[in-house]
Amino acid sequence: MSIRRIWATAQRILSQLRHDPRTIALMILAPCLLMTILKYVYQDQPQVFQRVAGSLLGVFPMLVMFLITSVATLRERTSGTLERLLILPISRLEFILGYAMAFGIAAFIQAVVVSTVALGPLGLRINGSQIMLILIAILDALLGMAIGLFISSFAKTEFQAVQFLPAILLPQLLLSGLLAPRESMPIIFQWIANFLPLTYAVEATKSVISGVGSIGTDLLYITVFLVALLSAGAVTLKRKSK
Amino acid sequence: MNESVQITNLRVVRNGKIILPDLTMSVERGIVAGLLGPSGSGKTTIFRSIVGVQEAESGTITVLDRPSGAKELRTKIGYFTQSASIYSDLTCLENLHYFARLLGDTEISVEEILDLVDLRRNRKQIASSLSGGERARLALATALLGKPELLILDEPTVGLDPVLRRDLWDLFHRLSDQGKTLLISSHVMDEADRCDVLYLLRDGKVLANGTPQGLKEQTGKADMEDVFISLVEKL
Repeated sequence: MSIRRIWATAQRILSQLRHDPRTIALMILAPCLLMTILKYVYQDQPQVFQRVAGSLLGVFPMLVMFLITSVATLRERTSGTLERLLILPISRLEFILGYAMAFGIAAFIQAVVVSTVALGPLGLRINGSQIMLILIAILDALLGMAIGLFISSFAKTEFQAVQFLPAILLPQLLLSGLLAPRESMPIIFQWIANFLPLTYAVEATKSVISGVGSIGTDLLYITVFLVALLSAGAVTLKRKSK
Repeated sequence: MNESVQITNLRVVRNGKIILPDLTMSVERGIVAGLLGPSGSGKTTIFRSIVGVQEAESGTITVLDRPSGAKELRTKIGYFTQSASIYSDLTCLENLHYFARLLGDTEISVEEILDLVDLRRNRKQIASSLSGGERARLALATALLGKPELLILDEPTVGLDPVLRRDLWDLFHRLSDQGKTLLISSHVMDEADRCDVLYLLRDGKVLANGTPQGLKEQTGKADMEDVFISLVEKL
């Protein structure tokens, strides 16, 4: 494994992002805007903002990175650059780690800005630390990236890739306990949610906000999903085709 | 071995269609070999097989003494595809630097390559804003990076200005003089005379191969287009 090739790939992806300032602006400003709207929509029920806003800090990076990765890798597949790369001296693992590094950095910037806005002017109170919140946001972003990478192999067009967001992530969002507490859901939903990565992303942020519950277990689950999905994604990067 | 590419009984079927029924051919080292044939004759499939991205039903391919697709070959083959597989949202320079960094050592520097393909003026231009010919030149430039011993160029001169086309053919010969093998496809018959050896291709079969002069003598025709036609009609 070569750090040089991983870093070259990460830099290449970041350069692509840099040439697209509108995407960067949307990545950072849209979550801030949504947080602000949420704050004032529930101005009479601050406890709802307390409950939902924190979890959203973990959900945003996941949604954004899912979308960006599925479109970006789909482009690599359809434009022929992926096939081109795979006959060069870069391994599939290096390719994926390059993406992880680039989007990890992007997620870090997003998480710092959005959490600062939420904790500062919007007055979100947390019992855990902001650093932990940012760390979870980065892990969630990588999870979104891993799902996007894997899913993009099932999409033939960018239209399809984008439609996987409501199909794959929104059900997870509903079942994750973000909107309604999981305990009040039918048993079967609770059971299904145990096998969905987003559940643990939401649980982890909830723990940081309330300061109760162990974050460690949630982070462990997120990491397991991350490794499994990245491996599944690597398998879909085929060198040979018919 | 004296061959850079040796293909034996290669059979490729794509979507139920037989592209290469049973191909056997070999390419000597250090020459400029031309693959000539109409579109759909299997040129791109042969190239994809040599670089190791095409699944085959049967047959063997040896490239620079290794089975095609071998890891050791990844720094040794330069591949130019018709679809110009470059990052359209990066500048020319960013594209070249990325591919150069993946390859590690490079014989011809990025700066020299920019001059060779006449893209110096466009170096900071985003690839999506390049013209078709400029994009093709950028893709060609990325294929020249590294230390390729075998260059596979799939219609590299389509749509290029005649002066640049001549310069590129001169470059191809300089590279082969250094011992590199170039395998170049074209459907333009007038480029055939610039190759050391020709393979005339139709329906995935090699109709004939030899030097341009030899093929002309064999068929008694002066023009490569007529050589091709007379070979097809003899079948």
